[in-house]
Amino acid sequence: MYKIIAGAAVLLALAFTARQPLPKGSLERGKKVYATNCLACHQADGSGVPNLNPTLAKTPQVTGDRQKLINIILKGLDEEIEINGESFSNPMPSQAHLSDQEIADVLTYVRNSFGNKGTAVSAAMVTTERKKM
Amino acid sequence: MKKIILISAFLAGGAGLTAKAGDTTNVYHSPANIKVPKGFEATIIADELGRARHIAAAPNGVLFIKLERLKNGRGILRLQDADNNGSYEKVTSFGNYGGTGIAVKNGYLYASSDDAVYRYRLNENMEVADTGKPEAIVTGLLNKRQHSAKAIALDNNNHLYVNIGAPSNACQVADRTKGSPGQDPCPILDSAGGIWQFSADQPAQSYKEGKRYATGLRNVVGLDWNSNVNELFVVQHGRDQLATLYPELYNDKQSAELPAEELFMVKDGANCGWPYCYYDGQQQKKVLAPEFGGDGKKEARCADMVQPLVAFPAHLAPNALLFYTGDKFPARYRNGAFIAFHGSWNRAPLPQEGYYVVFVPFEKGQPAGKWEVFADGFSGLTEVKSPNDAKHRPCGLAQAPDGSLLVTDDVKGTVYKISYKG
Ligand code: HEC
Repeated sequence: MYKIIAGAAVLLALAFTARQPLPKGSLERGKKVYATNCLACHQADGSGVPNLNPTLAKTPQVTGDRQKLINIILKGLDEEIEINGESFSNPMPSQAHLSDQEIADVLTYVRNSFGNKGTAVSAAMVTTERKKM
Repeated sequence: MKKIILISAFLAGGAGLTAKAGDTTNVYHSPANIKVPKGFEATIIADELGRARHIAAAPNGVLFIKLERLKNGRGILRLQDADNNGSYEKVTSFGNYGGTGIAVKNGYLYASSDDAVYRYRLNENMEVADTGKPEAIVTGLLNKRQHSAKAIALDNNNHLYVNIGAPSNACQVADRTKGSPGQDPCPILDSAGGIWQFSADQPAQSYKEGKRYATGLRNVVGLDWNSNVNELFVVQHGRDQLATLYPELYNDKQSAELPAEELFMVKDGANCGWPYCYYDGQQQKKVLAPEFGGDGKKEARCADMVQPLVAFPAHLAPNALLFYTGDKFPARYRNGAFIAFHGSWNRAPLPQEGYYVVFVPFEKGQPAGKWEVFADGFSGLTEVKSPNDAKHRPCGLAQAPDGSLLVTDDVKGTVYKISYKG
């Protein structure tokens, strides 16, 4: 019984968050941040570069937990990860030079582009993660 | 084709080092569906091999190919056309390591992983008797994932040359990170960012037994010993991301067109300038990198660095270099250089370039004319927007004993053979 209630709650929560509109202008702003700071490596269509830079389309990092995602952007990533059976030899540089709002916008953009659909990331969430660094 | 001519003409800016594309009007689609000059024919001799990196041809026509990733647990392929019908039907494999470098010399097969070089004794049929027990010639080379391919070449004097690529873009304190300063002097150069020379037959060597032969080379995947002049020639992958890291100095277009990919003759002790300098194909000089106080014009210490013999458009990723010593191609190809360009990614948001094989005529170790696109159309697209869209990417080159040129592709593992039919 518990399980069913919990399941229903999750479903409800999902339905609720999915209906939340994205903050006004965040996609447009995020697209600009992406073009200057991410596009060279992850490419305009988010498909990445074979063996060097991963795709951002439907990866667990992009569509999953926002806290973890924010930390990838703040701290960068330089360890062997595997996406669709591929690994990547470039490092992902820290993007800590971006403002909290810029990081929120670019992540909201990435989570809602290249075939992805996800909830928005807020500047407040980025501020919280940055404080922990 | 027009676009390629335009780009190279633009970069040429008249005379000087950067050469212009030659007459590429006489191209046609050959059976392999790539474009080659009139009189040449391209066929596919093997396919679906895996991530086929470099290739070596043995004197009897047997081919060895190094795979970047293991396929069915193996990293080296041996291909034989036993019935001589042009298709390499006999494929065997061995070696439990991925990598890039492969060469046949003096009865041995040399192959590299990303941190070592091994060799195998070949019998007269160019077979490896004991595939499980290679001799470790060099071990313990730096491998930090980025630029880890250990491309190799051998001279005629029992030396092995190994590229140790720098695991870095421009030796910033934090790699590829905006605002992070360049390290001066760059500590990476002690163990990478250059070509190391080893004995070709002494087992168990590492840095201590080897010698840093040339430095200031960010990453060299294509290198070849030119027996005509007895010198080592290399092609460098130039630095990335000028606009992402320094938007106040470079716009997207400049960042796509800077810096040139460079072809060098490197003598013992050569310093080619990385990370402090990069070559600007329009200004035709080496300038100081922005991480080290450069503004796109300042030369400073860069005037003293070894200058390139040929400068190619930026980011094309030269992955193989081969001096043609055969006599089956027309005379102008003799002793000239073929270069396989893997194709760019760091030109985005501008369209990508490369994905072709280039020819540069040479005389006595010096370029004797403009560079030209020799074989094109590997990507299967008229314009490559994202590298992931390219169907094939040229990566390795070899000269077969019959005088044809072999080209490997590391997307699908296709091997092309380009022959002259007259
Ligand atoms: C220098 C190239 C480069 C730049 C610039 C860059 N990345 Fe990355 N990114 C990478 C690489 C390489 C990895 C994988 C690192 C690894 O394997 O350890 C990665 C991983 C990621 C991941 C996790 C893996 C995945 O594909 O889902 C995300 C998300 C990501 N980057 C987003 C961004 C965003 C957003 C920006 C711009 C703000 C950006 N990156 C800028 C190269 C880059």
